Amino acid sequence: MLRRLIDFRMGIFLAVLFVFVVLVPAGNLAVEGRIVPSYIVALLGKYLCYALLAVALDLCWGFCGILSLGHGAFFALGGYAMGMHLMREIGPRGVYGNPVLPDFMVFLNWQELPWFWLGFDQFWFACLMVLAVPGALAFVFGWFAFRSRVTGVYLSIITQAMTYALMLAFFRNEMGFGGNNGLTDFKDVLGFDLSADSTRAGLFVLSAVALAGGLLLGKWITTSKLGKVLVAVRDAESRTRFIGYRVEGYKLFVFVVSAMMAGVAGALYAPQVGIINPGEFSPANSIEIVIWVALGGRGTLVGAAIGAIIVAAAKTLLTGWLPEAWLYVLGALFIIVTIFLPQGVLGAIEGGMGRARRRTPPKEAEA
Amino acid sequence: MSVQLYLNDVHRSFDGFKAINGLSLAIDKGELRAVIGPNGAGKTTMMDIITGKTRPDTGEVFWNGTVDLTKVDEAGSARLGIGRKFQKPTVIESLTVEENIAISLKDDRSVFGTLLNRQSAEQAARVSELLELVRLSADRRRSAADLSHGQKQWLEIGMLLAQEPELLLVDEPAAGMTDDETMRTAELLRSLAGSHTVVVVEHDMEFVRALDCKVTVLHQGAVLAEGSLDHVSANPQVVEVYLGR
Ligand SMILES: Nc1ncnc2c1ncn2[C@@H]1O[C@H](COP(=O)(O)OP(=O)(O)O)[C@@H](O)[C@H]1O
Ligand SMILES: [Mg+2]
Repeated sequence: MLRRLIDFRMGIFLAVLFVFVVLVPAGNLAVEGRIVPSYIVALLGKYLCYALLAVALDLCWGFCGILSLGHGAFFALGGYAMGMHLMREIGPRGVYGNPVLPDFMVFLNWQELPWFWLGFDQFWFACLMVLAVPGALAFVFGWFAFRSRVTGVYLSIITQAMTYALMLAFFRNEMGFGGNNGLTDFKDVLGFDLSADSTRAGLFVLSAVALAGGLLLGKWITTSKLGKVLVAVRDAESRTRFIGYRVEGYKLFVFVVSAMMAGVAGALYAPQVGIINPGEFSPANSIEIVIWVALGGRGTLVGAAIGAIIVAAAKTLLTGWLPEAWLYVLGALFIIVTIFLPQGVLGAIEGGMGRARRRTPPKEAEA
Repeated sequence: MSVQLYLNDVHRSFDGFKAINGLSLAIDKGELRAVIGPNGAGKTTMMDIITGKTRPDTGEVFWNGTVDLTKVDEAGSARLGIGRKFQKPTVIESLTVEENIAISLKDDRSVFGTLLNRQSAEQAARVSELLELVRLSADRRRSAADLSHGQKQWLEIGMLLAQEPELLLVDEPAAGMTDDETMRTAELLRSLAGSHTVVVVEHDMEFVRALDCKVTVLHQGAVLAEGSLDHVSANPQVVEVYLGR
């Protein structure tokens, strides 16, 4: 079982991830003089959430050919579900001191909590919703789309429309999710102060664990017989039907799992960046996820995670220097990768190693 | 002998073009039947209708005299025991040769059944047996994308047999095969007849002759002639629309 889940690339990646999990919090908390500044911990934690989101998209796009341009929506919904809990946990410490209503509701003169906010004071309930809300949306959406055999570009376009529609809805104050400000000013989670370094380190570790879990779950699914069927659907959907598989069921399964994974990524993201707002639903965000996966290597899981981290790090560096240039750089990156590295960064590295290995034996023979 | 597949007065048009126009056909259990006809005669569309890919506008299609095939989808027809080989060979290119066979084995097709599936020793043996039959044992770990055109045809036949179908619908199997491969394919299909019902669409007359079976000539979506190859070849209408070209 372990051999099935942890191949060479997965082993290396998890080992490196583990080193970071040990060194980053240690460098931040234990070492005098803080070798790792606190903002770096939060930044790296954010990258790990993006990496998990990329793995989620790779699962449905890389393996089953479902090019979702709306995965940002599942991520944002997970973030909102967690954000709602964090808002409730503020309690009477808000600016208006209302023990039940979040500040933005008091500001809008609301008298009581809308029904869909009920239960979010419980952490377990919020965690359940982090999975259930993106999962349910993916299920309903996928049920209709896959049954009517919407595929390819058409499917991509309607997923994009889905996230766009949600963005417009969440921008509205009347929706009850804080309008364009979103949810923010979080204080603590399960009693731990969110501004404390130890809490941030804890969230960082949790994000790493979630990423490792997502990768292993993805590996388990894709190495099962179901994983082979997913690839069959991607390569030759019609053939797969004639073998006797009901393709829509398989697509629905992987789409829902992927959406839930994206939701978890969003739930870990919200407390680490301290805000979740409708901008997370923006269509451009979802497109960026596709670029991460393409850049890292589609259908490799680990590659998707690496792609997300590379692009996110590049974005942090570049937006510091030249904020206007970022979108052009991202576009150029995408074009370069699709033309020169069709297998992504991971494919290029492994291809290079393969060539080197193939070259080695003759040299040894000479020596 | 009982009738396995029965089509009665089937019609189907695409944008006013009558691709299938009053097609009636009865095929016995265990029979080997060749269907010939010029390009556009409706041979592939006929298979689409039998397998639930295309719905007829009117007419009856029955399986074993009881199951109404016009109400069944592609996966449903496969589960009933109808296996189909496409005109253009379609194998799963990113999977290995043996994985292609393994996912085609007759087994639980439900999502969670497939997720938790573990290949049994018997299934592994069955995969090896099928690979031997289609002469791909040496290539079992190669990616299906690396196979030659003829080998892909054979792999697809292997996938078909893995499903353990009662009826095999085989669309132009000899296309892209060498003469030797063509003759071996004819031999294989003949050996399958009896234990399976086999319907073969083919253009290659040598191949049809090698099959040595009853022939149905399709023209403009309906049956033009039926009988032995010599019998239909002697039909002046058949000569005009097809053989004489
Ligand atoms: N899905 C479809 N949509 C439109 N026209 C079709 C479709 N399927 C088949 N046809 C038409 O029906 C006719 C019969 O095609 P086909 O069954 O493929 O012929 P054959 O296999 O005998 O060469 C052709 O003219 C083709 O263009
Ligand atoms: Mg045809």
